[in-house]
Amino acid sequence: MSSRLLRLAAIATAAGAFSGLFGVGGGTIIVPLLVIWLGYGQKEATGTSLAAIIVIGALAAGAQAAYGNVDLGKGLLIAVPAVAGVVAGTALQQRISEKAVAGAFVALLLASAGVLIF
Amino acid sequence: MDAVDLTGLLALGFAAGVAGGLLGVGGGVLFVPALVLFAEESQLGAQATSLVAIVIVSLVGTWRQREYGNVRLRDGIIIGVLSPLGVLAGVVLSNVVSERALELSFAAVQLLFAWQLAGKAGLR
Repeated sequence: MSSRLLRLAAIATAAGAFSGLFGVGGGTIIVPLLVIWLGYGQKEATGTSLAAIIVIGALAAGAQAAYGNVDLGKGLLIAVPAVAGVVAGTALQQRISEKAVAGAFVALLLASAGVLIF
Repeated sequence: MDAVDLTGLLALGFAAGVAGGLLGVGGGVLFVPALVLFAEESQLGAQATSLVAIVIVSLVGTWRQREYGNVRLRDGIIIGVLSPLGVLAGVVLSNVVSERALELSFAAVQLLFAWQLAGKAGLR
């Protein structure tokens, strides 16, 4: 296996462990590791992270649905404003610098670590 | 569901989408509390239900980011497909390490990432 594939596998394992244990948070692992280990730009890392989350989320949703834990109606209801939000968020990202995206991501990491600690 | 609940769901749902698009996360960090507070879901039920919204948001977000030239689709799919390895590792870990120790180690990892990202972006 190439070292690049090994790194992607390590990122996948860390992201899967995090989201499996805490229910959320795959993205906070994937984005920094793509930047730090694979030399991604900040925006590229966020876009590629979303592609990974489609698969991670679909696998987890399938498993949870098999146990009857998913309320599809409520999930779709909250997805409606979220779709508008993600279109706005991605458009906004194209208007700000890589550095600003990195700064916002650092704030997210600090907040997430704070929630875990306290 | 009354008007307050609906407003709360709409507002937090929109905020989760913005965060997802801007930062490349699924938005679960906001969907889950929104569903608990405004849609009468338990913590566990909310985590499961939020996945529906997470999949839809990440699909639309990936489509938009691909238009902007910010997606390396092959790498993203490889990470997604291999992620069940991590879910298994997580189950094993949770049986040998206390929940508090796991929380603190992940917090430490996130603080380390924050430090490294800030350095790489010239923020410190």
